[in-house]
Amino acid sequence: MTEEIIIAGFGGQGVLSMGKILAYSGIMQDQEVSWMPSYGPEMRGGTANVTVIVSDERISSPTLTRYDTAIILNQQSMDKFEETVKPGGILLYDPNGITHHPTRKDISIYKIEGAKLAASMGNTKIFNMVVLGAYIKVKPIVKLDNVIKGLKKSLPFRYHKLIPLNTEAITMGMENVDQIN
Amino acid sequence: MGELKLMKGNEALAEAAIRAGADAYFGYPITPQSEVIEYLMSEKPEERTGMVVLQAESEVASINMLYGAGGTGKKVMTSSSSPGISLMQEGLSYIAGAEIPCVVANVVRGGPGLGDIQPAQSDYFQAVKGGGHGDYRLIVLAPSSVQEMSDFVPLSFDLAFKYRTPVMIISDGLIGQMMEKVELFDQMDRLTDEEVIEKYPWATNGKPVGKERRILTSLDLDPHKLEKHNHHLQAKYREIEEKEVLSETLHCDDAEYIMVAYGSSARIAQKTIQLAREEGIKVGLIRPITLWPYPKKEIEKYVQKGIKGFLSVEMSMGQMVEDIRLVVEGRTKVEHFGRVGGVIHSPEEVLEALKQKLIGG
Repeated sequence: MTEEIIIAGFGGQGVLSMGKILAYSGIMQDQEVSWMPSYGPEMRGGTANVTVIVSDERISSPTLTRYDTAIILNQQSMDKFEETVKPGGILLYDPNGITHHPTRKDISIYKIEGAKLAASMGNTKIFNMVVLGAYIKVKPIVKLDNVIKGLKKSLPFRYHKLIPLNTEAITMGMENVDQIN
Repeated sequence: MGELKLMKGNEALAEAAIRAGADAYFGYPITPQSEVIEYLMSEKPEERTGMVVLQAESEVASINMLYGAGGTGKKVMTSSSSPGISLMQEGLSYIAGAEIPCVVANVVRGGPGLGDIQPAQSDYFQAVKGGGHGDYRLIVLAPSSVQEMSDFVPLSFDLAFKYRTPVMIISDGLIGQMMEKVELFDQMDRLTDEEVIEKYPWATNGKPVGKERRILTSLDLDPHKLEKHNHHLQAKYREIEEKEVLSETLHCDDAEYIMVAYGSSARIAQKTIQLAREEGIKVGLIRPITLWPYPKKEIEKYVQKGIKGFLSVEMSMGQMVEDIRLVVEGRTKVEHFGRVGGVIHSPEEVLEALKQKLIGG
């Protein structure tokens, strides 16, 4: 199994940390992982994306041009990455702020109201965990237990009190993802 | 099994310096390797092992601190990125001339000049042909994973002390900034002052009564003596070429064409192999791990086997390709492909280049 994922959105949405938690989850179940951010002179509000690969085998290129799954969190990223999903692959997106919805017929398209759900839970910062929950529901490459272990590994100890809230957000995402094609 | 962590390449390098029992790190921040000094500062290695971490006032200061501290027989290290490494070249030449062990990591960025902060491999010539003056060599190791960013630190210290020579670890923004799973090796002890004195009779750590004064210098105004010193250095370099070459080959057994790539390009080339083989193109990869000494024998082996052509894949305008051509001497085709200026070539682009330049599409 090799899963090649691009997660793309605005800086500050938690794109990079979502990728990091996913990568840590892979390690927790003995898989090979890579996490490659698009880094540059970027800042909050600019675009941010990260390529995450989880595999049973040694990982070749950590940077890619085509992906099994694209997780898209803003319009710029939709414009850039919809075309990069492999035929038969998955596109998961949050419709918040999306004006041109995805149109491809050869991939499975799912939506998650991440921003709305996070707001309804009273904490917009857990948005990325709602989206992560939606992803692992659609593509269960990592087990929920391992995601929680991954969270513990990637959060500094002083934030461990937030793990129940994050777990709740992941569950919220798992329960509210819809296939739209 | 050692501790498993998800780390950036730069962080793994820094953690490995502490665990390898380094005595000191001197450095000056520059993207894309500032995580090295940031990580070292946050880890407080002075509490963990007694290791000194100091932010120098410039790269010139860092390399000369290495010269001084390394001369006392201590395990010392610095890191920088391309423009900073250029500033260190005078010091590196002195250190090589005075035969002082040390480790220098270069997380290469796009050039020339100030360039940009994205990954590149355009410092190959500087690293392997000698960026400073005089007849000297650096042992140059090229990690292609976060694991190797960690593992090559103790290896570099071992080589540096075995041959009393500076060792360079050359990576780039891609290897430095990405995170991967890394298995950390166990903490090694730092040598005590007594052990250093006992182990390194050349080190300038105080003149013992009744023994000769030890001098570490690259200056000798007597041309005959300096010529002799140069012959001594060259004999050491020949021994390194004989004993310390490292490389990896992948899918070369049945290959008709071979890509040669190191570091991050070697990772991309592995994906290209997969894409090519799905199309029935038999291609393999030779990955030089030591860029100097260069794996000439490995390349020669495949020339002898009648390989149809080599493609040097590097994020430069064609530097390592010259070393392949020196081995091949016109007996088969040797071509180059690479994006530059911080642009990372895609596996698909490499496959296209393979078809265009070697297979004749």
